[in-house]
Amino acid sequence: MGLDIYAEEMISHYEHPHNKRKMENPSIEFHENNPLCGDDITVYCLIEGDVVKEMAFVGDGCAISIGTASMLTDFAKGKTLDEIEKMGFGTIKDLIGIDPGPARVKCATLALKTLKRCAFLYQHKEIDQATKEL
Amino acid sequence: MLDVDRIRKDFPLLSIEYGGKKIAYLDNAATSQKPVQVIDKISDYYRTYNANIHRGIYKISEKATEAYIESKEKAAKLINTDSYSEIVYTKNATDAINLAAIGWGTNNIKKGDHILITEMEHHSNIVPWQMLAKKREAVLDYVNVDRSTYTLDEESLEKGLEKNPKIFAFTHVSNVLGTINDAKKLTRKAHEAGTVVLLDGAQSVPHMGVDIKDIGADIFAFSSHKMLGPAGIGVLYAKRDILESMDPLITGGDMILSVEKQSSTWNDIPWKFEAGTSNVEGGIGFGAAIDYLNAVGMDNIKTHETGITKYALESLAGIEKVKTYGPAIESAAKGGIVSFSIQGVHPHDIATIFDSQGIAIRAGHHCAMPLIKSVLELPAAARMSFYLYSTMEEVDRAVQAIKSVKETFHIR
Repeated sequence: MGLDIYAEEMISHYEHPHNKRKMENPSIEFHENNPLCGDDITVYCLIEGDVVKEMAFVGDGCAISIGTASMLTDFAKGKTLDEIEKMGFGTIKDLIGIDPGPARVKCATLALKTLKRCAFLYQHKEIDQATKEL
Repeated sequence: MLDVDRIRKDFPLLSIEYGGKKIAYLDNAATSQKPVQVIDKISDYYRTYNANIHRGIYKISEKATEAYIESKEKAAKLINTDSYSEIVYTKNATDAINLAAIGWGTNNIKKGDHILITEMEHHSNIVPWQMLAKKREAVLDYVNVDRSTYTLDEESLEKGLEKNPKIFAFTHVSNVLGTINDAKKLTRKAHEAGTVVLLDGAQSVPHMGVDIKDIGADIFAFSSHKMLGPAGIGVLYAKRDILESMDPLITGGDMILSVEKQSSTWNDIPWKFEAGTSNVEGGIGFGAAIDYLNAVGMDNIKTHETGITKYALESLAGIEKVKTYGPAIESAAKGGIVSFSIQGVHPHDIATIFDSQGIAIRAGHHCAMPLIKSVLELPAAARMSFYLYSTMEEVDRAVQAIKSVKETFHIR
């Protein structure tokens, strides 16, 4: 893999992440981490009907995990919960424009994994135990 | 002085290009590359005398048995023990420490006993003792690492030994800090407290001369794959009386003298710990690796690595926003390991950018979470680790890569 994953857009999202804040009255929130690398994220969603009106997050981690989370907050806005539940690794590849490779896939998918947990918990009132990785 | 150009020719992987770039392999604390002498030795075994050992009454089995035992004799001589009967082959150093913690610990640790380890241990020298402490309701204590010198804190050591722990298990060389502990002095202090010593030699034996008789440690562990040999073979050394008193963990074929319907008699040491068919090719390859290291000379390797490490530390010292962790090179207590961080960049991002330039380094917690989190107070660290084939040119490439990381992340 080349340096492409660190394209200016990714670095810009890492340095100035969008919607990186604690949401005061979220419809749902969920916390996830990658203990092996220390990436840590809490995702907040404001949901009206079955549409995500806003997504925000707080957390620490590498450029790929934070940059992707930032991009995802823009992308998720206006999506229905069903659309979010259907998102997967392909969504992330399209979003960042590159396959992050096996060593960094967990960093790149952490935010989406957490967002999907939010959507599942909101819809089904239970934690999604079945999905391990995207 | 090492003839590094000539040495590098023995390692096929070092001249391979990935994506048009030659690999700069700077992850030797994780595993080492293998010279043709080791590769050929294993290939020769498969091609010309592949047979099970200790059993066959035919020539190739005898030859295989002889080569396997010969490798143990080489390992015994390398660390200066009396006899190969004290050299137990295991899967790796982790396996060796587990064998000691369970085989020795179960018979010797009682409720309320203290077990002493240090904050700079690899998980392989932490978790087996946690398990033992839980099982026996014993107390696990830690010797602190001095936050400014990155060496073991003397006062904390004294306090730990005052509790007369049953065992003191510590690493010879830290896989993160590169700290070389004065194993002889620490062993003497532990013995004065009536404490048995287990020394983890995974990061020392590959890189320096180690005389275990002079150090005096009772139990010692190291691994073949970090010292030019194949993976899947490691060593548990222990003094004869300890090995004889220890129960085997794995039982079955080859580790017995006789089996009755209701009971069995164990084979002699070291064989009572090696049930089932051994890793014959692993042992034979390991022997070839020891031959290679001896031919180069352990002292020469140590001197070479000290030179490279000094050069790396000096090169990194001049770069703003870069911090290194470990004793100063002048202290002479520093092995060929340089852990570092770049302010504002996660180590995984550092490693990915290094990789894009063909440079292999390690990033993460290095299987030493308590050290990284409590002592260094980092989520993770990046690490370069050197060996006999490492060059200053590779360090220069790493310095260039650090500059690219800083450019990519707009760090001045």
